[in-house]
Amino acid sequence: MTTEDIIQPENRVYGKPSLMNDTPMHYCPGCSHGVVHKLIAEVIEEMGIEEKTVGICPVGCAVFAYRYVDIDWIEASHGRAPACASAVKRLWPDHLVFTYQGDGDLACIGTGETIHALNRGENIAIIFINNAIYGMTGGQMAPTTLMGMKTATCPYGRQPDLHGFPLHVTDIASTLEGTCYVTRQAVNTVANIRKAKKAIRQAFENSVNKRGSSLVEIVSTCSSGWKMSPEKANQWMEENMFPYYPLGDLKNVNKE
Amino acid sequence: MKKDIVLLKGNEAIAKAAYRYGYDGFFGYPITPQSEILETLSLDKPWETTGMVVLQAESEIASINMVYAAGATGKCAMTSSSSPGVALMQEGISYMAACEIPGLVVSVGRGGPGLGTIQPGQADYYQAVYGGGNGDYHCIVLAPDSVQEMADFMGLAKELMFKWRMPLIILSDGVIGQMMEKVVMPPFQPRRSDDEIREQCPWATNGLGLKGRKYNFMSSLELDAAEMQKRNRAMTDKYNRICETEVRYESYKADDAEYIIIAYGCSARISMNAVDRLRSEGVKAGMLRPITLWPFPTKKIKELASHCKAMLTVELSEGQMVNDVRAAVEGEVPVSFFGRSGGVVPSPHEVYEAFKELVKP
Repeated sequence: MTTEDIIQPENRVYGKPSLMNDTPMHYCPGCSHGVVHKLIAEVIEEMGIEEKTVGICPVGCAVFAYRYVDIDWIEASHGRAPACASAVKRLWPDHLVFTYQGDGDLACIGTGETIHALNRGENIAIIFINNAIYGMTGGQMAPTTLMGMKTATCPYGRQPDLHGFPLHVTDIASTLEGTCYVTRQAVNTVANIRKAKKAIRQAFENSVNKRGSSLVEIVSTCSSGWKMSPEKANQWMEENMFPYYPLGDLKNVNKE
Repeated sequence: MKKDIVLLKGNEAIAKAAYRYGYDGFFGYPITPQSEILETLSLDKPWETTGMVVLQAESEIASINMVYAAGATGKCAMTSSSSPGVALMQEGISYMAACEIPGLVVSVGRGGPGLGTIQPGQADYYQAVYGGGNGDYHCIVLAPDSVQEMADFMGLAKELMFKWRMPLIILSDGVIGQMMEKVVMPPFQPRRSDDEIREQCPWATNGLGLKGRKYNFMSSLELDAAEMQKRNRAMTDKYNRICETEVRYESYKADDAEYIIIAYGCSARISMNAVDRLRSEGVKAGMLRPITLWPFPTKKIKELASHCKAMLTVELSEGQMVNDVRAAVEGEVPVSFFGRSGGVVPSPHEVYEAFKELVKP
């Protein structure tokens, strides 16, 4: 019996999503982006809507997101993805339109675009990777950097008098009338990956069905930026990020 | 067929021509002296008739990025603004040029710099022609001198920006935007269907037909220096072809003229009077009005320089286009400058006086 004989489709419990391209992984070991990219590919494949999907990539580590998921993508300038998505969804009202953004992109330079797209109730989904740091530029302070946390631009730890406070952008989003679904997830365990996938699916269905704006925050690690091993980073996230950014739905107006 | 003639402000003509020419979307932010464009679209509700999307964005930055993304999906989209607002859009325009995305910016100039004034200005020639954004790029720049041209250039803009896949600027000014004239309106053209977009824009990122092709993406990022240079060189080749084929100008009594005014937009309308007065006094006066500010009518100006004695550039600025005119004539004739700035509009008599200075023996 050869390996081919054993590996029959009916025996498989897992497979690479057909919408994942064979691109050499540029993300660091332990990074959450790879898992979230895969979830997006799986959900679009399961919904069968790749011919009616437009993704908007950010500036940041996920600037190359378009290389991984086999759909049409637009690369936005830094922070402007929600504005891009607003226009695309209004012009292609039956499409799934989503953005993929990090904390610096969504909650700092693009705060205006984020708040206003969500407040208009644009029928878009926003996937928000919050790892509390600027990854691509080498680990500088982000709007969501925790108090006391050390980064390249707050090397002695974030202090309120020097740097202000972490921005609870997802909490703000949940207060806006235009949002229909605001949730905070993580991909550090298999159970959490499954929950995150369900959240992404719901956000994408909200976009297709024109139910309003959805925001899915994924509390994430940045092993390189945090200067920790992947395992240690996960542990640090659980101990420090989760108490400050607790997981769960903040708002779900369509829940039966 | 009976002509559709109406009395409109220049700004209103832009708005009404937009949905008549089948534009798919307008994204803009209020700023004087061009707010009538968004106001007219909001009043006329084209989304109920042609399906055109109209959205008041949160800023000029959001507006231009909406146009960027709309154009990326193959839709015909536009925004409009005035000087400081257009300054905010420069990054987005650079991205559009880099990704070769069609899209229209209507720029109704006021006096600057900074917040400046809400009175008319032409001090954004450099901003439009030389680009306020980063990198090697150009936009096609059309300069209307009448309300009729405000309407007509909406059709020309649509044609050119999709033909060449690049951003296009209609550079107007507060005079043309605010003044009222009789306009023959264009007939209604339907917006393009999804099938037409799929056929005409195979590069567009809209998902259409994805199963039968490789995915499309719009990105100006290229980390490989040699590849980036290759992209830039290809764009330069395109720009060179545009310079050879798309130059437009109006020659007003210029072909036998000994004294020539070079002016565009409202300055051209004012200067026409000075040309006529000098002609009536027996002086061979004329005017060349560049319609495309980029590509600039360099060859035509050089040709005129070979048989005229002097040129005068008239602008509502401290002198911007005059440098392109001087570069074009390559020292063959003296080029003088007459300008008013900060919102001051010269009278025809002032231009006449300045023009007459040239004729002194």
